[in-house]
Amino acid sequence: MTSRGRSTQRVLILLALVAAVLFVVAAGAVGQTETVAQEDEPVLISEQPVPESVERSEPTADHSKFEILQGPFATGPDLTTACLSCHTEAAKQVQGTTHWTWDNHYGEGIGKTTQVNNFCIGIQSNEPRCTSCHTGYGWTDNSYDFTIEENVDCVSCHDTTGTYKKFPTAAGHPAYEPTDFGGKTWNPPDLAMIAQNVGKTSNETCGACHFNGGGGPGVKHGDLNPDLLTASKDLDVHMSADGAGMVCSDCHEGNNHQINGSSVYMSPSDDSGVDLPLDDGNQATCQSCHGTEPMDSDKLNEHTDKVACQTCHIPTLARGETYTKTWWDWSTAGEFDADGAKITTKDENGNVEYTTIKGNFEWDRDFVPAYVWFNGIVDVTVAGDPVVLNDDGVMELNAYSGSYDDEHSRIYPVKAFRGIQPIDGGNNTVALPHLFGKDDAAYWKSFDWNTAIAAGMEVAGTPYSAGVAVPYSGEVAWMETVFYEPATHMVAPSGDAVECQSCHSRDGILASIGGFYLPGRDGGALDWLMWGLVALTLVVVIVHGVMRVVGSKRRSS
Amino acid sequence: MSTHRVKIYAGFERLWHWLQALFIITLMVTGFEIHGSYSLFGYETAVRIHNIVAWAFIILIVFAIFWHITTGAWRQYMPTGDRSIVTQGRYYAFGIFKGEEHPYRKTELAKLNPLQKTTYLGFKILIVPVMVTTGLLYMFYNSWSDLWPGGLAWVAIIHAFGAFFLVIFLVVHVYMTSTGETPLSNVTAMVTGYEDIEDAPEEEPATV
Repeated sequence: MTSRGRSTQRVLILLALVAAVLFVVAAGAVGQTETVAQEDEPVLISEQPVPESVERSEPTADHSKFEILQGPFATGPDLTTACLSCHTEAAKQVQGTTHWTWDNHYGEGIGKTTQVNNFCIGIQSNEPRCTSCHTGYGWTDNSYDFTIEENVDCVSCHDTTGTYKKFPTAAGHPAYEPTDFGGKTWNPPDLAMIAQNVGKTSNETCGACHFNGGGGPGVKHGDLNPDLLTASKDLDVHMSADGAGMVCSDCHEGNNHQINGSSVYMSPSDDSGVDLPLDDGNQATCQSCHGTEPMDSDKLNEHTDKVACQTCHIPTLARGETYTKTWWDWSTAGEFDADGAKITTKDENGNVEYTTIKGNFEWDRDFVPAYVWFNGIVDVTVAGDPVVLNDDGVMELNAYSGSYDDEHSRIYPVKAFRGIQPIDGGNNTVALPHLFGKDDAAYWKSFDWNTAIAAGMEVAGTPYSAGVAVPYSGEVAWMETVFYEPATHMVAPSGDAVECQSCHSRDGILASIGGFYLPGRDGGALDWLMWGLVALTLVVVIVHGVMRVVGSKRRSS
Repeated sequence: MSTHRVKIYAGFERLWHWLQALFIITLMVTGFEIHGSYSLFGYETAVRIHNIVAWAFIILIVFAIFWHITTGAWRQYMPTGDRSIVTQGRYYAFGIFKGEEHPYRKTELAKLNPLQKTTYLGFKILIVPVMVTTGLLYMFYNSWSDLWPGGLAWVAIIHAFGAFFLVIFLVVHVYMTSTGETPLSNVTAMVTGYEDIEDAPEEEPATV
């Protein structure tokens, strides 16, 4: 080969190498550009663009033209009777749903009816207050007849006027005459006007209960509160007007009044992906619209076998104006001022800090959720269950199951609501106090925990309707508890998603989630030894160098 | 003593060396961020750079293997199998401070001293294959994680372990460049390709 030929060949090899390296770098850079360009665009499986505004179907009936709805209606059940004269099967359908039964089938007869939490602890013996959020009328105690059709409250969900309000302590009834409660007067709603304007459910009707869980705006849920009614896109990409403009029932759709999606049967994973009509009956998951691989980056999609969508896309809870309750200490309740009057104090943000009837609260907003391994199975607690404390000395009232090794588990965000609540100290069991009522045994009358718990335990058995008493020793003690609320609403724009290093760092948000190797968090155990070797090497070469310089100076002198 | 100017590193060899240096240092800086040692670019960017440079490095390695085989340059790294490595080690440990001559003369056909041969051979057949293998396993973790749950920890720890050895290699390697005829002659040779090499002693009588 001539030298000219050889040098040409050499140049070609070099060019090929440089081209190959540049190609890889350029490909990587282009990939990055694409990711940036598509940020904040909804990633749906359909290639169709999301419409600017959603045109929803108009009803085929004008209810104001129905003679039977002209009223007047004295009570809610009277109105329902009118509804059922046409919608003959509607009440039967409703009575088959958890909106009616509050029986979530955790086990035999265990559900919202008998479950204990660390807010107002339990429904049993406190029904008239709690059932102000029931889709029915008149549920005052465990003798309630769940088969009476006219007790279904149609308009709690189908009111479109915004004037229908269930009275807070009337077992699901609205006020029928002007009544004072909570510092304001509740006027009776115009049931005939409401009946003539019924329609689809709305964020307002669903939110009337679900935004006010725990008895007030955002009290129970960090991801559900009235801020969603006027949400900005930053707060919720789905429900904001400048976002997708969606309503609750767009995801929580259903047939025969059976609504998809539940805070009990949650789906941290949904491998079936996009749901078509008549699909898997689980149409309220992220994957139902977004599919199982919605991200532009393969590496991000590869996270979905272990990380729930919500974990990255709900960076903080209660990101709007409304605070959510994070701590409730019942043990401090019952203090009165010098005049014997009840005390209410508020913190600097205007949230109640202490009330005589309930004890001490703490509130927070825009805070990072807690994270747990979760496979959809929740182990709930009922009155009389033994007290079981975890390593932190806290009882998990609804322990979430799951682990890294379980293919159905995902790392899932929760609001961990903590508090201190009474127990049966003699039997070391979970107590359910009778709080609400006009009788002397009610804690909010007597402020005596002993009589309140005794009265609560009288009717606190499982199943709910049986009214089997739970043994009570007569000795009140206290325990710290935690109750988990799923975080699944208030999805942030993709640009606000949790950043990689929030988890992939030594003390990141997943610092306490065990069972697996997390790059950036783990693997540093022997780093001190290795950096020590590096430092030792540096010392050796520096000493070596100095000795060479000294040696050569000595020789030259 | 007379010297002659010799082209000791070919063009490709120098490009390969400096690209490899650039890639390894970039991988090091981003890699230790991924390891969690510090925060610099942000995890996502660090991973992206690390992956791009890793592929570039792999391409470079393919070219380098091809070059070593076709040019026969691989023979430069074959250990001599005698005690010459001890002699070379003793020189760096003692003789170098007394101004002794390098025990082995650099020639066009044997440009690496016995210690270099062994070190670089170890680099080529142990460190680099281990780093590439564990790196690719790390990169494609999701494709095999079902076969070996928990395997990522081993892959990641071995990969990081190798990275620490590369840091140590880098420190020593950079320092050793100063042990040539002059402190900069080795670096200059790797930049220009040329080095002034002593004439072979047996030729000296002929020139006298």
